[in-house]
Parts: sequence; C-alpha cells; structure tokens
Amino acid sequence: MEWFLVTSAAVILFLQNYPLYIRSVPTENELKFHYMVHTSLDVVDEKISAMGKALVDQRELYLGLLYPTEDYKVYGYVTNSKVKFVMVVDSSNTALRDNEIRSMFRKLHNSYTDVMCNPFYNPGDRIQSRAFDGMVTSMMIQVC
Amino acid sequence: MEAAASGGCGSGPPLLLSEGEQQCYSELFARCAGAAGGGPGSGPPEAARAAPGAATAASGPVADLFRASQLPAETLHQITELCGAKRVGYFGPTQFYVALKLIAAAQSGLPVRIESIKCELPLPRFMMSKTDAEIRFGNMAELHGTKVQIPYLITEKNTFKRMDDEDKQQETQSPTMSPLASPPSSPPHYQRIPLSHGYSKLRSSTEQMHPAPYEARQPLVQPEGPSLGGPGAKPLRHQASLIRSFSVERELQDNNSSYPDEPWRITEEQREYYVNQFRSLQPDPSSFISGSVAKNFFTKSKLSIPELSYIWELSDADCDGALSLPEFCAAFHLIVARKNGYPLPEGLPPTLQPEYLQAAFPKPKWECALFDSYSESMPANQQPRDLNRMEKLSVKDMADFPVPTQDVTGDDKQALKSATDEALPKDMSEDSATPKDSNSLKARPRSRSYSSTSIEETMKRGEDPPTPPPRPQKTHSRASSLDLNKVFQPSVPASKSGLLPPPPALPPRPCPSQSEQASEAELHPQLNRAPSQAAESSPTKKDIPYSQPPSKPIRRKFRPENQATENQEPATAVGGPASVATVKPHPTVQKQSSKQKKAIQTAIRKNKEANAVLARLNSELQQQLKEVHQERIALENQLEQLRPVTVL
Repeated sequence: MEWFLVTSAAVILFLQNYPLYIRSVPTENELKFHYMVHTSLDVVDEKISAMGKALVDQRELYLGLLYPTEDYKVYGYVTNSKVKFVMVVDSSNTALRDNEIRSMFRKLHNSYTDVMCNPFYNPGDRIQSRAFDGMVTSMMIQVC
Repeated sequence: MEAAASGGCGSGPPLLLSEGEQQCYSELFARCAGAAGGGPGSGPPEAARAAPGAATAASGPVADLFRASQLPAETLHQITELCGAKRVGYFGPTQFYVALKLIAAAQSGLPVRIESIKCELPLPRFMMSKTDAEIRFGNMAELHGTKVQIPYLITEKNTFKRMDDEDKQQETQSPTMSPLASPPSSPPHYQRIPLSHGYSKLRSSTEQMHPAPYEARQPLVQPEGPSLGGPGAKPLRHQASLIRSFSVERELQDNNSSYPDEPWRITEEQREYYVNQFRSLQPDPSSFISGSVAKNFFTKSKLSIPELSYIWELSDADCDGALSLPEFCAAFHLIVARKNGYPLPEGLPPTLQPEYLQAAFPKPKWECALFDSYSESMPANQQPRDLNRMEKLSVKDMADFPVPTQDVTGDDKQALKSATDEALPKDMSEDSATPKDSNSLKARPRSRSYSSTSIEETMKRGEDPPTPPPRPQKTHSRASSLDLNKVFQPSVPASKSGLLPPPPALPPRPCPSQSEQASEAELHPQLNRAPSQAAESSPTKKDIPYSQPPSKPIRRKFRPENQATENQEPATAVGGPASVATVKPHPTVQKQSSKQKKAIQTAIRKNKEANAVLARLNSELQQQLKEVHQERIALENQLEQLRPVTVL
C-alpha cells in the first residue's frame, strides 16, 4: 500500500504503507512531516475499513481531513487500487478550501495513472517520472 | 583533511544536489580535471597534499568554465571565494560543486550567498564553452538551443551532432580524430563511451536494432575515445564501411532544417526503418503497440530502465500505455539518440511530436498513409469530423482493398497503392504531395470514400419512406382520452419527413458536385476547398460507373459498419445514371455555372416545399390548439357546474 504525501510542505504517495514518492517543500522539517504522515496512515486505514465494501465513488476516494493538528492539516485520498495519497498542509494556509484539495488529489491521481501507463514502471517502484515531479512541483508552488 | 575524497561534504557548506545536478556537476568536474592533460591541475603540489587520489579541477579550465557562464567577473570572484577554493587553494569536488551551484543561483538572479544554494536551482548555463559537453549540459534544459551553438558544435566536432553528415566519407575518420585527440575530449565522452561499448556489443548480438544513424555516428563517437582505449578502434573500422554505404543516402536530407534541434529530426531512411520495426511488432500500422511488447523491444536496446521509462514518458503523448506509429518513431528516435550519446531532452522536441511526424512524412507507403489517416482522425483536429471519418473509412478500405486483390493483379494493386498514397496524403494534410499517377486512380480511392458520404446524403434525402413512430411525449397524454393522439399521428410522420430533407446537406452538395464532375484534374483543389461530404459525392457518382465491377462488392464488404452499406446499391444506381447523364465531357466552366444554377434552383425548390410542409403543419397544429382550448373551456364549465352541487 504505497502512499503519497503531499504537503504544502510535502507530498508522499504510499503503497502497502511504504512510500512511493515523497516530496516536501521546504525541505527542512521533513522528518516531522514523515512522522505525521505515518501516523495518519492509521487514520486512513480506519476510514478505508469503515467504508465497507468496494465503494468506488470518487467521493469516497477522497477521505477528507484526516485530523488536524495545531499546525497542520492532513488530508487523505485513496485510489481504487489502495494507493494512498496523503497531503499535509500548513494550517496557516487557510486559503485552501476543500475543493482545492480535492482538485489537487484528482490531479495527483491523474498523474499517477499516467505514470502507471508507462510499461517500464513496475508497481511498487519509486516514482521517478519527471512529468510527475513537474506536476507536483507546480502544485506545491501554487499552494505555498 | 579536506575530505575531498569523500566527495560529499567538505569544508564547504552542506550541499544538496539533485540527481541531474550531480550528474552534470560531476561531468563538468571531470572535464575540468582532465582538461589540463589528464592529471591534477595547476596545483599539483596542493593536490598532492590533498588526499591522494582526490581529483582536483585545474584552475585554468575552471576559470574558463566560469567565464563561460557569462557572469560578471566580480560575481565570479565572489563565487570562488564563497565556495572555498580560495581558502584551500584549489578546486576540489566540493568547492567545484558549490561554485557551480552558486553560478546557477547567480544566473537565476539570486544573490550569491550560501543560502541561495540550498534550494532547487536549474542547472548552470555555460555559453561558448569549449566543448560540446558543456553546451550540452548547459542546454539540457533547452536542447532546442540557439543556432549559435550548433554551428559552433559543427565546426568543432565536425558535424557530430548532425544525423546526416556532409562529406562524411572523407572526414569521418581523419578530421574527427585530429581535433579530438588534442583538446579535452575524454571526459565529455566518457559518458558516451560506455554506451558505445554497450552498443558495439549490442551490434554483434542484435543486428537489427541498429538503424543507419547508429552506424553513422559510431565512427564519430569511437574516434573520440581513442584516448580511452582500444575498444573503440575495432568497431570503428567495422563501421567505416557501413558509414560509406549509408552516407550517400544521408547526404540527401542535409541542410533542410530550420530547426535548431538537428538531432531530433527523423530522416527518411530512419523513418523507414522505424516503420519497418513497427510493422515487425504490429502488422497493422494504424493500430498500437501495446506497452509490454514495446517494453520488450526497447529493452533490447540495453538502455537503463529509468532512461527507457523517461523516453516512454516523452514519446507516449497521450499516455495511453500504447504506442502509435508516430509515438513509436519518436521513442525509437530518442533511443537512438541516447545510444549515440545525446542527453535526453526535457520535453519532446517539436520535430518528434506526433502531429509533426505525421505532417512531415506523407509517406508514399500505404501503411504510413493508413496510419496517418488513422491517427489524424483520432485527435480532435481542425478538419471537419466528416472528412476525418470519411478518410478513415476510405483508408481502411484501401488497406483492405489491396489485400484481397493481391491475387488479382500485382500491377493493379501497385497502382492502387500508389494512388492511395497520393490521394490520402493530399486529402489528409492538405499540402500538395506530389500528384503523380493517373487521375482515375486518384479518383478511385476517393470515390470509395465519397460513396460512403454520398450514401448518407441519399439517406437523408430519402428519409420519407421510413415513417418514424408516433411520438408519445407530445404532452398530450392527459388528453389521450380525447383522441388527440389520433389527431396528431398523421401529422407526425409528415412533420418528420418534412423536417428532415431541407437542412442537412443540400446547399453544399450540388455546388461542388458540379465542379467536381467537371474534370478529374480539378478534383484535388476543389476537394480541399469544399466541405466534407458534398465534395465527395460527385466523384462517387462519376466514378462508380467507371470503377471496376470487382471493386464494388469488395467495398461493400469492407464497410460493414457503415450504416449506408445496404443503401449503396440504390445510391449507386441512382447516382450512376445521374452521373452518367451529367458526365458528358463539356467545357468545364460553362457546365459548372449552369449546373450550379440548376443546383441552386433545385435547392430553392426543395426549400420551398419544405416551407410549405411546415406551414401546413403549423396550421394544423394551430387548429388542434384551438380545439383543445375549447375542450378545456367545456371541461371547466362542467367542473363549475358540478362544484356547487358538492358544496351543498
């Protein structure tokens, strides 16, 4: 269960609970983000199991605010193939609304599928696609 | 002491380099280190003092490099100071990297500070550097770089970058060897040498993977590595003969580019090679190579998986996990370029874009034409939808057509093939491919395509026979008790049939039909001018009587999906006599104008009829409306009469 974490600060993709892709801006405090994201994985798992049967609705893919800490908000998203996206954003970034988060996850998801389309990409590899990187960078720049 | 040998953190500030940066910097460093003649630079004593085995960059080439970054001198001084080279007296790897990063920062407009290098920066750019390595690295982000550098490269490296060399035969071996022996050549090419080594091994194993340009460039690459040893020499000799054999063809495509990105142009023979490879993987050029097939194929090129992954990312423009022919050509081309030592571009170069590849290569082969039409009809492009569909159908027919007629006559097939070649590219790209063969041949494939659209038109025209079912959603369900449905039903089919004929395609159809029938020589310009279906209808009428009998059943057979297939016979029958009647050779212009007038008059008449029908329908509906009103009034009266009774 690979996971993605995206934060206004960092983006990580998870699969099988180990990271496929990690990106954070700025680069310091990355360890803190990692820690938060790892703990949030539990919440994600909780939500997934709470959903019950295979609900493939887009809305259910977006898990929403997993939990807010004093500084950060953590958002989650899970794909049909149980790839988790986790996004950590700064609480001071109040301009970020739910819709925007949703659209960001959607973009992530689309880029992820593009990466998967590449036959040279084996699921479970770290994601090294430059297009994906570029997309994430642009997203984070937009957010920061 | 310096920990320069560790290559990581040293006396300088902590440095975070991205992968690309690391690669770039290390190569630049190696280049500078080797530039002074294969050894440590002007500070041998210091170098000796440093940890043994640590490479240092000679200050001479380093200074040149820095100057090439086009930063002001004092900035460079600042950078040198900051990176610690002044302090330690030489450029170790750490210092060099820090310096490069500072240069990049300065070029991005950031202040020259240690803090600036902490964030992600683009690669530093070096202009007018002495080696193509720097230019290439500097241009990694902008491979389509300016023409300034390319000519420079050419003069220096003797058309190394050109896929198609001029005077290759003489210059391949000797001149490339001489300028390269002396100047610093090893480091820029050490990256390439492993590839060419791999290539030479590959050559022996999978011969088929090597298109002409491979061989073309190999002697250029190999002689550049004589300093690196013998392995280059053997394949060099081997390839010299191949070079000569291929250089002749390649000289043809020379000097025709307005694009600065020479390496990314696909030449004709490369194109043919790619197409052949495509066909070996996937017999139908208009369809796709699946991801796994392509993966196996490209893995044979012995490039690393990340590189192949990146090449795929670049070339699979629509990210569908499969390669169409232009995508495949682009991917193959990138692989070829990579194997010859070119760094991969950041984005797909314009000459490798699928649309460009289709437009630039109106190939005279039926496969390519097929593929062209198919992939052109796939993206939503400017051409009218009908034209695309029609072309696609016609192309498919033509694909199928030569196949079954293979037994008939080889000549016939060839003629048809060439005809389709001419016809399709002309129709497709709307730029004049050379119109060679006979016009009748040209017309024939088009006739097939047009017949499809003409059939649709006749269908629209002849819409009267199929009476549509009565429309239940007339919102008179409540009044069904009033038998209004029965009132409406007779009018409904009439309305429907009345509505259908006028709008669809009447005006355009007659005009071009007249002009088309004038002469076949005028088919093309008018085809391009006239909108989709109409233009093609006339050649259909004209050519159907001409077309050979065997073509008709075959045409029908291979257009099963076309709804008008079953109407083909009546349509052709209708079209045949009509066209024959009008096809008599006449002076073209007069015939055109009179036919146009007639067509306009027919159109006017038809419109008038439609108007009359609609007016009639309107009056009927008004009548019904009145009746309905009256009934409603009657019902309300009844209701009022009843109500006082209930109240009581």
